[in-house]
Amino acid sequence: MIAILAFYLFATFTIVPAIAVIFARNPVHSVLWLILAFFNAAGLMLLLGAEFIAMLVVIVYVGAVAVLFLFVVMMLDIDFASLRSGFTKNLPFGLIPAVVLLAEIMIAGLSWKAGPGLSGRHIVQGSQPNIVALGQLLYSRYLFAFELAGLILLVAMIGAIVLTHRSRRDTRPQNVAKQNARRPEDATRMTQPGVGEGMKL
Amino acid sequence: MIGLAHYLTVAAILFTIGVLGIFLNRRNVILMLMAIELILLAVNINLVAFSAYLGDLTGQVLAMFVLTVAAAEAAIGLAILVIFFRRRGSIAVDDVNRMHG
Repeated sequence: MIAILAFYLFATFTIVPAIAVIFARNPVHSVLWLILAFFNAAGLMLLLGAEFIAMLVVIVYVGAVAVLFLFVVMMLDIDFASLRSGFTKNLPFGLIPAVVLLAEIMIAGLSWKAGPGLSGRHIVQGSQPNIVALGQLLYSRYLFAFELAGLILLVAMIGAIVLTHRSRRDTRPQNVAKQNARRPEDATRMTQPGVGEGMKL
Repeated sequence: MIGLAHYLTVAAILFTIGVLGIFLNRRNVILMLMAIELILLAVNINLVAFSAYLGDLTGQVLAMFVLTVAAAEAAIGLAILVIFFRRRGSIAVDDVNRMHG
């Protein structure tokens, strides 16, 4: 009973915020609705017994991706009102493909016949905890793909830095080579000023 | 009793909302990226649901890779958005066709 209630709660709070994401007027509100949808999707995954993926969704989606969106939305001074100009015009043309797509997916998704391996009735309980089993799979059979995922993240990081980096002319950055080439003989000079003559700079 | 079909339905609805978001917000790249994130989330729910009901963890491994690619895609997409905004002062997609050479 609790599980059924929890499923409908999480499902509702995944779908309703997702609708709010695309219909919100303010993009900051969109990002906040997106965060709520991610949290409840993580709850759905918890119900499925995939604890590790659920925590990963919270960490990666909420902690990194959504905050990145929030940064960009708040950092750029964008006139969002003008960007919504075609919204009502596109609404009927968007709804028709969406309804057709949903109907197609539902027909395809609910009409299959499963073999004996997949009854679709209850969740298969593993003998090990989820994260132990997943770790054993990741570090043995899918090691290459796992390393490749790390490489993708590295490429994305370097790409994002290279894309957004700019060398500005109006700032005076540190010149490390010049600093290292500087010697005491060039920088200072010994003088013996007489009494009352003072220093000439 | 909550079966596999329930989760597939939620994922299908979420996927459709994402596609609808791309159709509706044709000019706003940030909202398009958010809609792509919704689509990838729907894919992840599908993968995890099948993985749980099959008792095969491969689906969850695949969901992790989808998560990785989604994070990378968001980072690169937003970086492109930032340099586009810096050049043109707007993020309307209609202006992109003026990017020659």
